[in-house]
Amino acid sequence: MKDFLDILNRKHMDFKVTPDLFMDIIHESPDITLPAQTAQELREYKSRLTLEKTDKPAVIVGMGTCGLANGAQGVYDTFKEELEKRGIEAELISTGCVGYCAEEVIVDIKLPGYPRLSYARVTPKDVSNLIETTLINHEPVRDKVLGVYHEKSEKRWENLPVINNIPFFKIQQKVVLENCGIIDPENIDQYIVRGGYKGLSRVLKNMSPEDVIEDMLKAGLRGRGGGGFKTGMKWKFARQSEGDKKYLICNADEGDPGAFMDRAILEGDPHRVVEGMVIAAYAIGASEGYIYCRAEYPLAIRRLRKTLADAEKYGLLGDNILNSGFSFKLKIKEGAGAFVCGEETALINSIEGNRGMPRPRPPYPTTEGLWGKPTVINNVETFANVPVIIRRGADWYASIGTATSKGTKIFALSGKVKNVGLVEVPMGTTLRQIVFDVGGGIPDGRRFKAVQIGGPSGGALPESVIDTAIDYENLKEIGAMMGSGGLVVMDETTCMVDLAKYFMTFIMSESCGKCIPCREGTKRLYETLERLTRSYKNENDPEEALLRFQGMVYLERLAKVITTTSLCGLGQTAANPVLSTLHYFRDEYEAHLYERKCPAGVCKELLTYKIDTDKCTGCTLCATKCPVDAIVGERKKAHYIISDKCTRCGQCMMNCNFNAIYVE
Amino acid sequence: MNNQSIFEAYPRNDASLLIPLLQNIQTEFGYLPEDQLEKVAEHIGIPLSRVYGVATFYNQFRLKPLGKYVIRVCRGTACHVKGSLDILRILESELGIKAGETTKDFMFSIETVACIGACSIAPVIVINDEYFGGLTPKSIQKLIKKFKDKG
Ligand SMILES: Cc1cc2nc3c(=O)[nH]c(=O)nc-3n(C[C@H](O)[C@H](O)[C@H](O)COP(=O)(O)O)c2cc1C
Ligand code: SF4
Ligand code: SF4
Ligand code: SF4
Ligand code: FES
Ligand code: FES
Repeated sequence: MKDFLDILNRKHMDFKVTPDLFMDIIHESPDITLPAQTAQELREYKSRLTLEKTDKPAVIVGMGTCGLANGAQGVYDTFKEELEKRGIEAELISTGCVGYCAEEVIVDIKLPGYPRLSYARVTPKDVSNLIETTLINHEPVRDKVLGVYHEKSEKRWENLPVINNIPFFKIQQKVVLENCGIIDPENIDQYIVRGGYKGLSRVLKNMSPEDVIEDMLKAGLRGRGGGGFKTGMKWKFARQSEGDKKYLICNADEGDPGAFMDRAILEGDPHRVVEGMVIAAYAIGASEGYIYCRAEYPLAIRRLRKTLADAEKYGLLGDNILNSGFSFKLKIKEGAGAFVCGEETALINSIEGNRGMPRPRPPYPTTEGLWGKPTVINNVETFANVPVIIRRGADWYASIGTATSKGTKIFALSGKVKNVGLVEVPMGTTLRQIVFDVGGGIPDGRRFKAVQIGGPSGGALPESVIDTAIDYENLKEIGAMMGSGGLVVMDETTCMVDLAKYFMTFIMSESCGKCIPCREGTKRLYETLERLTRSYKNENDPEEALLRFQGMVYLERLAKVITTTSLCGLGQTAANPVLSTLHYFRDEYEAHLYERKCPAGVCKELLTYKIDTDKCTGCTLCATKCPVDAIVGERKKAHYIISDKCTRCGQCMMNCNFNAIYVE
Repeated sequence: MNNQSIFEAYPRNDASLLIPLLQNIQTEFGYLPEDQLEKVAEHIGIPLSRVYGVATFYNQFRLKPLGKYVIRVCRGTACHVKGSLDILRILESELGIKAGETTKDFMFSIETVACIGACSIAPVIVINDEYFGGLTPKSIQKLIKKFKDKG
C-alpha cells in the first residue's frame, strides 16, 4: 500500500517536499497548494488510515503482551486463515492494548458506514461466528460485544453499550493512552494522522528551547517515574549546565513488580515517546539519547526498533530534523534485569557498561551524568505527556488535575479486583473510584482489605483512607507514594504480614549491596517478619521466640536507620511496605506475634489443618499423600489429622477431591 | 553463526559495549561460557574480574547452560497475592530443584521474574515463550506432568 512518503514524493510535483513541508501538508497548514490529484489521494489515504471512510471492513486485534498471553496470536491467525478461505477482503490489523485486560482478547471490527465495534473475550472458536454474523451479515454478536465506539456514522446498531459509558471506561480520561488499542503502533502514518509529530513540528518551527521549557513549567508536568520532580525544572537545569555534549535518556526499566503502563505505551504508541524525546532533546540541547528498556519486554524493544527506523526515514529523527538544523540520535539499550537500574544514576552506570550501582548525588545527572556530561533522565510516561502539552496547550493541560499535580496518571490495576487493567484518570481521582467504579470492586463476594500503591517503595492503604484524592502530596501524607502507578488490590484473604515479607524478599534480592544499611538492614527486617510467620514447632533454638519479640520491639528503629542512611531511593524507601502495613494493620501483626495465628489464613506454619468429618468420605487419598503420616483413619470412615505431626505442607488439602480439608 | 562474527560487530576497547556483547553471546550460547568471558575481557580490554562482576550483577546473565524448558515463574505483586509462591514451591518440589537451578538431565530450569505484564491472568508462568495463566496448585501439577511426558 502507498504511504505518505509515496503519495507526497511524486515526480510530477514541481517542488520538492522537504520533511518540514511534508508534516505541514499532512497537518493541513502548508504554504503551497498541492496538485489536485495528490490532494485527493491524500484525503482518501487519510480517511482510510483513521478508518473513517473505508471501502472494506477492518478487523483489529489487540496484541499487546497481555492480549498475547491470553491467546491473541491464535485469534489473529484464525482470522487470517478464515478470511482467506472465504475470500473476504478485509484489513487485518494488530494494535496495542486498550487496557481492559480482564476482557482480553479484544477484537474490534469496523464495517464501512458503521461505528467501530468492540468484542471481548474472543477465542479462536468465536472467529467464524464473528465473520459470519458481523462481516458478512452486518449484525453484532450481542453476547460478545464489549461496546461500540462513539463516532459519527451513517448506520448504527440499536441497544449496544457505548464504550465510553461502560463502567470501566466511564471516569477514565485518555490523554496519554488515546491511541493505545486504537492504532497500529507499527504504522507511523496512523500516529501522524492523529496529530502525531504536530507538536514537534510546531516546536522546531516556532519555539525556542526556553519556550518549550516554559510551557512544561506552565503545564505543571511532573515526572511519572515516581519522584514527581517538575519536568520543566529538570530540563532547565540541564539547559543551563555547561557542556560540549548533552544526553537525554528515557527510563523504560519499569521495575515495579505490578506495573505495566510503560510497557503498554511502548507497545501501543511508541512514536509518542519518541516525539516527546525529540522535543525534550531540543529543549535541553542534547544531541544523543538512549531508551533504556527492560529486557523482559521483547515486544516493546522490537517495536521501538521499527519506530526509530521509521522516524528516521521521515526525517523526524537523526540529522537535520524536519529541516530545522537540529539533530538528535537515539539508540536503544536493553537492560539486563536489575530493579535498581531503574534508579537514574545506576541506570547511567549500566549504560556505561558497569555494574548498575547508584552514585551519590549531588552531582545530579543534570550537571554530571552519562560519561560526565549533563544528562536528563525521564520516565516513559513523562515523555508521552510532552507532545500533547505542546499540541493542546499548557493551559489546557494545567486545567486537568489538582493544585499541585496536573494532568492524568496511568495506573496498572491488578490483584483481587474484577476489572484488571490499565486505567488513565485525572489526578485527583480517589482510590475508591479506581478500585470500585473502574475496577468493579472485589470478585467472589469478598471484602476489600487494602490497595498497594507505589510498588516496593510504597504502602498498603486500607479502606479508611481510600477516599483521598490521588496526587503526589496526598499520597505521601497517608504513608504511600505515587511510584510508577502500580495498584495491587487485596482482599481479606491476603495477609499483610506476608505482603510485607514478600516486598522484603524482593528488596533484599534487588539491593545492589553498596551500602550496609540497605544490604544488611533489609535482611534483618526480613528475618523479623519471617520469625513472625514461623511456627515455634519449626524452631530448634528457644532463643528464637525471644528474638521474635525483640525484632518487633526494634522494628521501627531499624526501619528508620535504613531510611535515613541509605544511599539511593531503593534503600530509603525499603521499609515503607513494613511501616505502612504495621501502621494500618497492627492487629494482624499482633495476631501473628501473640496469638500465633494468621487471620487471613496465608502463613502456612501458623495454620492448623483439619478434616471436616461430614464431608470426608474416607477415600484415604490424603493419608497416602501425607509425607509425614500425620493422617489417620480407616477406609470409608472420616479421617483425622494429628496436628503435632503435621508439617503444614498442604498436600492433603490440594489432593482431597471432596473439599473435606480446611485450615484454621 | 560462529562466535568470531559476534565479536566483529563490536569495536574493541569500548567498555560501554560490554553488556550488549554479553547479551549477544548469551543469545548465541544460551549462557555465558567461561572461555567466552575471557575473550570478552581481552576484546574489550578490561580485567576478567570486571567482566565477571558485571555478568554476576545482572539477573539476566547465567554462567551455566539452561534446560530445554525454561520455566519463568512470575513473582510480581499481583501474582503473589494470587498465590504464585505456592505455584513456585510446587514446581520446585515436582522437579526437585530450586529457583535458579536446572535439572540434572537439562530438561527443566526454573527462574523467577517480576511482573511480566499479564497480571490479568495471575498467577502466570512462562514456559519458553508460552504463557500459562490462572494457575492453581492442581493445574500446575497437571501442566508439569504434561511437559515431563512430552520430554
Ligand atoms: C530503586 C529505584 C527504581 C526506580 N525505577 C524506576 C523505573 O523503573 N522507571 C522510572 O521511570 N523511574 C524509576 N525510578 C526513578 C528514577 O530514578 C528517576 O527518578 C526517574 O526516571 C526520573 O524520571 P521522571 O522525572 O520522568 O519521573 C526508580 C528509582 C529508584 C530509587
Ligand atoms: S540503598 Fe541499597 S540499592 Fe541503593 S545504593 Fe545502597 S545498597 Fe544499593
Ligand atoms: S482425601 Fe478428603 S475425602 Fe479422602 S480421606 Fe482425605 S479428607 Fe477424607
Ligand atoms: S498438611 Fe501436609 S503434613 Fe499436614 S496433614 Fe496435610 S499432608 Fe500431612
Ligand atoms: S489489555 Fe493490554 S496490558 Fe492488558
Ligand atoms: S504480577 Fe505477575 S504478571 Fe504482573
